[in-house]
Amino acid sequence: MFPVTGTAALALAVVFGAIFGFLLHRGRVADYNTILNQFRFRDFTVIKIMLTAIIVGGVGVLAMKQAGLVQWHIKDADLLAVALGAGIFGIGMVVYGYCPGTALAAIGGGSLHALIGAFGMIAGAVAYAYSFDWVKANIIPVGRLGKVRLPDMLGLDAWTIFAILAVVALAAFMAIEKHGAARRVS
Amino acid sequence: MSSVSFGAAPLTASRIDWSPYLIGAGIGILSWAVFYIVNTPLGITTSLAQLAAGAAAPVVGWEAVAANSYWAKQLPKLDYGTLFLAGTLLGGLISALLARSWHVETVPQVWAERFGPSPVKRYAYAFIGGIIAMYGARMANGCTSGNGISGGLQLAVSGWVFLAAMFATGTLTAFLMFRSAS
Repeated sequence: MFPVTGTAALALAVVFGAIFGFLLHRGRVADYNTILNQFRFRDFTVIKIMLTAIIVGGVGVLAMKQAGLVQWHIKDADLLAVALGAGIFGIGMVVYGYCPGTALAAIGGGSLHALIGAFGMIAGAVAYAYSFDWVKANIIPVGRLGKVRLPDMLGLDAWTIFAILAVVALAAFMAIEKHGAARRVS
Repeated sequence: MSSVSFGAAPLTASRIDWSPYLIGAGIGILSWAVFYIVNTPLGITTSLAQLAAGAAAPVVGWEAVAANSYWAKQLPKLDYGTLFLAGTLLGGLISALLARSWHVETVPQVWAERFGPSPVKRYAYAFIGGIIAMYGARMANGCTSGNGISGGLQLAVSGWVFLAAMFATGTLTAFLMFRSAS
């Protein structure tokens, strides 16, 4: 029965995308102010959403993987390309005020500057396509580790890593909420 | 006032303020569904790059797009990923309409406090930022969704390297852009 493919999957793409966009918008991350204030350490909504999504999503997907219900979709750990690309991405995200997913949800919500930035994203993708041969020859080959996961690299069980992550996230969330409450009172 | 804007005023802006933990859990559970039902993790930029090939084609010609070594492996087509993009935009629209908060935003508050009310200046930075973000996302082979969340939740090394590097340069950039604001 699963996975669903063909036309049914195309219909589901719109449904799943809409749920994703709805959640991003309701979570206030389809909002320039929320994203910028995360990077200025004044609002921790982005990190709360991302860490919770990673832990809740990761535990469920791991359990399904161990039950043989799903497959991994691990991207290559091309260390220089990922680190340099993500570093460039972080600059762009703060200048733009959105990441690509939140930008789409923001456009739906009426953000005109998100729409204009989306044309910039198209231009950036074109620029990448035209520089791909150089990147492929000079950047991507540096530090190629393959489709590697943290359990392989750290020698720790995946459940142990999630337990550690959950404890760290919980401590961080409690500290953030306590700090936020203190600031609201003062 | 949450933004410099026109159009319908945000009537019930508080209703879009759902708990970030609830939202995060929702995205996590959505990840279970997309892994199990369609065998495709959440992701945005790979399909956005496909759309870019489609946007470039009328300018440079289909032969040039097909001959490009990067686009050769992801020619534009109406597939799962591109429809997911349309869905994400639609979801933002539905949320805003249901909350009666839909309005055209030109200059957000945090930007206006630092850089003034000029929409043109905001548009210029948004456009340039979009170029930089997308170039980086393609080099990293994924953005906050595909690398950060989908990679992070699979405990992929690429996902966690992405998150660390993205937050490092993002924080530095925000510091440099806003340092004289307060």
